[in-house]
Amino acid sequence: MNRISETLDSFGKAVLDNIEEMGRILLLFLSVLMWMARPPLKLRLIFKQMEFVGVKSIFVVVLTGTFTGMVMALQGYYGFKMFNAESLVGATVALGMTRELGPVLTALMVTARAGSAMAAELGTMRVTEQIDALSVMATNPVKHLIVPRVIAGVIMLPALTIVSDFMGILGGYFVGVPVLHINSGAFVSNITKMVDLGDIYNGLTKAAFFGLILSLVGCYKGFNTTGGAEGVGKATTEAVVLASVSILISDYFLTAIMF
Amino acid sequence: MIKLVDVHKSFGRQKVLDGINLEIEEGKTTVIIGGSGGGKSVLLKHIIGLLRPDSGQVLVDGVDIASLNDRDLNEIRKKFGMLFQEAALFDSMNVMENVAFPLREHTKKKETEIRQIVGERLKAVGLPGVEDKMPSELSGGMRKRVGLARAIALHPQIVLFDEPTTGLDPVMTEAINQLIIETQKSFDLTCVVISHDVQSIFTVGHRIAMLYKGEIIEYGTSEEIRGSSDPVLRQFLSGSLEGPINVL
Repeated sequence: MNRISETLDSFGKAVLDNIEEMGRILLLFLSVLMWMARPPLKLRLIFKQMEFVGVKSIFVVVLTGTFTGMVMALQGYYGFKMFNAESLVGATVALGMTRELGPVLTALMVTARAGSAMAAELGTMRVTEQIDALSVMATNPVKHLIVPRVIAGVIMLPALTIVSDFMGILGGYFVGVPVLHINSGAFVSNITKMVDLGDIYNGLTKAAFFGLILSLVGCYKGFNTTGGAEGVGKATTEAVVLASVSILISDYFLTAIMF
Repeated sequence: MIKLVDVHKSFGRQKVLDGINLEIEEGKTTVIIGGSGGGKSVLLKHIIGLLRPDSGQVLVDGVDIASLNDRDLNEIRKKFGMLFQEAALFDSMNVMENVAFPLREHTKKKETEIRQIVGERLKAVGLPGVEDKMPSELSGGMRKRVGLARAIALHPQIVLFDEPTTGLDPVMTEAINQLIIETQKSFDLTCVVISHDVQSIFTVGHRIAMLYKGEIIEYGTSEEIRGSSDPVLRQFLSGSLEGPINVL
């Protein structure tokens, strides 16, 4: 009986802790909105973060986008071949990339690369009192550190997703047409027939939302780091896990609303 | 100038400040002493509004900073500079950018003027010509001196020092102590230093306050503190294991 009660206790505590954390992240988001609205916007810091989140992630996004498109074409081909519908491979790759895999894979890759770095950098700044030093110098740390990162995340994720979508479709084309001998005209025309701008826009909206999640979670975990080097490591891991899980869960709900 | 009135602060069940009453005299250096983990840093963070008391008042020029919103608190903070224990230099910026940070944030000075002020402040702390170095290239003592140059960049009225000599060798300790004295005089500062380094306490302090179990148990000039018969203070200054302070 005691063991059951202890298990229930710890389960209840975990649920309450998670709800509390969600509340704190929401409060941080409101604070970010408030500081974003107060001029001046620190453009130099925003561009620096856009370069870090966006430009420096291009290589990894190109790589994952291309190979995802290639493998989708390969898998799709074997399925569609059974119905003599190989020409639909291009449209399947394009729809899959623009609606789902482009935004989700980009977000997961950027979470691993930039979200973790945000948590580690802010975490180190917290434990070495650099964040306190900002406050002491009458500079709000949310405005100086978090607002530029969140803006960069929201702007650059859709931009990277466009790259990922394009490379995925291109990868699919190079596997579909030269390797699997699908007719080039049918491959392309089915894409233009079946993918409309709405699919792309919805995918980019998702990407912006994922950019918000990964930057907010990375900053939240870093900002609230305690306990020295071990704390920084813990914050970084937690940021990647929480952001990745949140991206995948929110993807389902966003898809249910959009499509 | 700075007055703490019946300040209480707890973290969970642990009571750290238990009714602090302290007045910091203008234009003087007040050293707050006390054992490690005794709440000195917490007290310092209350003075600059990094922490807010559970009850009581922290008055800076008559304004209770505990009740201010962020914007008003930032205005008050412009009167302050602070040297952190490990200097807290921004490690993504070089020395020039670190010292120039408060000037770029809060003044509209031209870049040439900022460079000139940074040069002057670095000279004042005995480190001319290190503008292009990164914090990782500096020794502990140099980092603290750059931290002090940044703290006085805006020519504040009050400078807070969080254990400025911790982790330094005896010669560098003396150099930092002399620097605190010279800076206090030349910039006409009110300084609050927290420390547990007995030698430094008497070198830099015009007034000394002893914090023990969340309260200020003794306050006075160097001579008064040296002559105090308080058993806690006597044990602290002598470094004896025998006495009311129980560490084992």
